Amino acid sequence: METTIWPIFGGALIGASAVILMLSIGKIAGISGIAWGALSRGVAPTDRFWRWWFLLGVVGGAYLLHFLTAKPIPLVIHAPSEALLAGLLVGIGVKLGNGCTSGHGVCGVSRFSGRSIVATIVFMGAAILTVGIR
Amino acid sequence: MKKLLSVLLSGILFGAGLASSGMTDTSKVIGFLDVFGEWDPDLLFVMGAAVLTTYIGFKFVLTAREEPLFGEVFSVPTRSDVDVKLVSGASLFGVGWGLYGYCPGPAFASIIYLSPMTVAFLLSMFVGMAIGEYLENRLANVATPG
Repeated sequence: METTIWPIFGGALIGASAVILMLSIGKIAGISGIAWGALSRGVAPTDRFWRWWFLLGVVGGAYLLHFLTAKPIPLVIHAPSEALLAGLLVGIGVKLGNGCTSGHGVCGVSRFSGRSIVATIVFMGAAILTVGIR
Repeated sequence: MKKLLSVLLSGILFGAGLASSGMTDTSKVIGFLDVFGEWDPDLLFVMGAAVLTTYIGFKFVLTAREEPLFGEVFSVPTRSDVDVKLVSGASLFGVGWGLYGYCPGPAFASIIYLSPMTVAFLLSMFVGMAIGEYLENRLANVATPG
């Protein structure tokens, strides 16, 4: 029970976050798109500012959660080379694939978007294979 | 101001959701992806609860209102074509996610853990996005010459 209550609670918060973003400014809560737009020169300046507020909130929200619940900070188990390689692959992949776990996996799947369902199955499959092969 | 505060609230809920769910714990994520090994299915509940909440909330918001509170239109994607770019992008993303255990959201939320590894991951991710953008432009030029 203890192990499933946190994931359900966390998932509901993530869903609530997506609903609030849609209700307030009409945007999909897709982190990769929000992050790219925060830095990209291809995005109009008027469409940029809110992205920094969102990202600031993400970091602050993680802090608040650990502060309020005393949930332990996860340990880092990886080598720097893995961080660089994985980050690079994730970056190229989410840009070409137009989204990540939040945009496709949560928002897209909730809307029964065919593209998002395909993307989610593919990235879940690729991730499962990668872990399986290692 | 109300607009930015609601965006901030949305971000806070997102970060708190990721941190509480276990998504920022890379060993937990890799355990979830280790379907052929010692599978830890807990994170299925994250996806399940998030999708259910979003489904109900989107349905309510998009039928009850013509426009968002602080904007002109609901920007809901309308594309439905599945192309090579989508599938190859999702594949690369999946490999990176499986290698390290971070997708973009948890990587941002983990900044608060103050590990240099997270910073390295994020910087590399932005470089990757820029490469992706470059490839997208190249592909677009090939598709429509001139």
